[in-house]
Amino acid sequence: MALLTCENASFSYDGVTVLEDVSFSLKAGDYLCVVGENGSGKSTLIKGLLSLKAPSKGKIVLGDGLKRTEIGYLPQQTEIQRDFPASVREVVLSGCLNSMGGKLFYGEEEKRRARENLERMGIEDLKDRSYQELSGGQQQRVLLARALCATRKLLLLDEPVTGLDPVAAGEMYNLIKLVNLCDDIAVVMVTHDIHEAVRYATHILHLGHKQLFFGTSAEYRHSALARRFLGGGAG
Amino acid sequence: MSLLSMFSYHFMQRALLVGVLVSLCAALLGVSLVLKRYSMIGDGLSHVGFGALAIASALRLAPLAVTVPVVAAAAVLLLRVRGSGRVKGDAAIAIISSSALAIGVIVVSLTRGMSTEVTSYLFGSILSLSRGDTVLSVILSLAVIALFVLLYPRLFAVTFDETFARATGARAELYNTLLAVLTAVTVVLGMRMMGALLISSLIIFPAISAMRLCRSFRGVILCAAAISVICFLFGMTGSYVFETPSGASIVAAELIAFGFCSLFGRKG
Repeated sequence: MALLTCENASFSYDGVTVLEDVSFSLKAGDYLCVVGENGSGKSTLIKGLLSLKAPSKGKIVLGDGLKRTEIGYLPQQTEIQRDFPASVREVVLSGCLNSMGGKLFYGEEEKRRARENLERMGIEDLKDRSYQELSGGQQQRVLLARALCATRKLLLLDEPVTGLDPVAAGEMYNLIKLVNLCDDIAVVMVTHDIHEAVRYATHILHLGHKQLFFGTSAEYRHSALARRFLGGGAG
Repeated sequence: MSLLSMFSYHFMQRALLVGVLVSLCAALLGVSLVLKRYSMIGDGLSHVGFGALAIASALRLAPLAVTVPVVAAAAVLLLRVRGSGRVKGDAAIAIISSSALAIGVIVVSLTRGMSTEVTSYLFGSILSLSRGDTVLSVILSLAVIALFVLLYPRLFAVTFDETFARATGARAELYNTLLAVLTAVTVVLGMRMMGALLISSLIIFPAISAMRLCRSFRGVILCAAAISVICFLFGMTGSYVFETPSGASIVAAELIAFGFCSLFGRKG
């Protein structure tokens, strides 16, 4: 059973279809990169996978006991206020909300999970620092730790390295790959960087208002589409 | 005139009790509202409150019983309009608040003998709290504080990142509505004392002052609560000593506190 299956899913805003007929599936441990130009429907697909937007046609099916609310999401940086007054601990803990049920306050279990994920991201020494004082790379690690608090199976990352310097971006890619390999957490990542996508991902989904390609990275590398986007030297 | 004598008046005791509680509510809600860019909602609601209060007085109805539900409904409406995107959010607030103000002014001008009350609605008066109002105010403000404390982790999540909160199953819409309704209640309770034109400062000032000093969400909330109550007490004392209007004196105290926080706080 696949973790996530998209069956002929289409999405539209006010009757205008922005993304048509997307079909793919994702198994535990897969690493899928969603690529495509600006406005090709990548962010819409993410909203669909998060159940924040219902498909106008087709459906998205979750399997392997994955619940809708148990997807670890890392939003685009522009959606979060970088100057928000909050400590790192407060931000990471807020990822545990989906497992609290009817409980009103965070308990020992939530605090332990937050601590674990801070360590996993190598930022336990930042836990009492303020989110707004951190560098872009550190802020992304905090948000990744929060996403990991919310899931054990699937991470959804919307352009996680955009705006980071090359060193921080490289570290972020390595951390994501590490989580993917060591903890067997499936990853869906939206990215502009096709070169890095092909390097790290097991699967590629290329969108341009419809599905242009879905398959393994190796297949993608040899496709005509990839040759055009990767440029001559890649392969 | 000794300062202690101010505690010997019944209306003063009532005003202090209600004022401290309302200041607390306003500070708690204010942090979330300012961070969610909802500051102007407080301002819009106060004008709706003025309109509702004018109508209630003209019809000789109990002021709080009429105003609280009307303003709460306006709060929900404002959130909806903001979310729908058909009218721009800030324009929607301006439309609703000036219309409510206009209706209030018309009602007042058509009703005889209300001109002194108008001033008290607009600029606040501590004499306007009746015994019944006091009891209701205490109950409502305690409810606001209790709800805020109990839902604190969820309100933080929705304030920090609404999309993430919704994706992980938090009922963001519910909490936004709740936030708006609690704000409506606070605005109405505070309006009697602060006046419709000044109540929004009670919501905004403590939050932005506290953000100059603290860098964690909990720190900002606690600090805002402290600043709010202290400024209220200083403002009321000042109003008693210098015989200035209570609402304006409290705002002046908030402004001075903000000045100090900006001077001594970290850059931000």
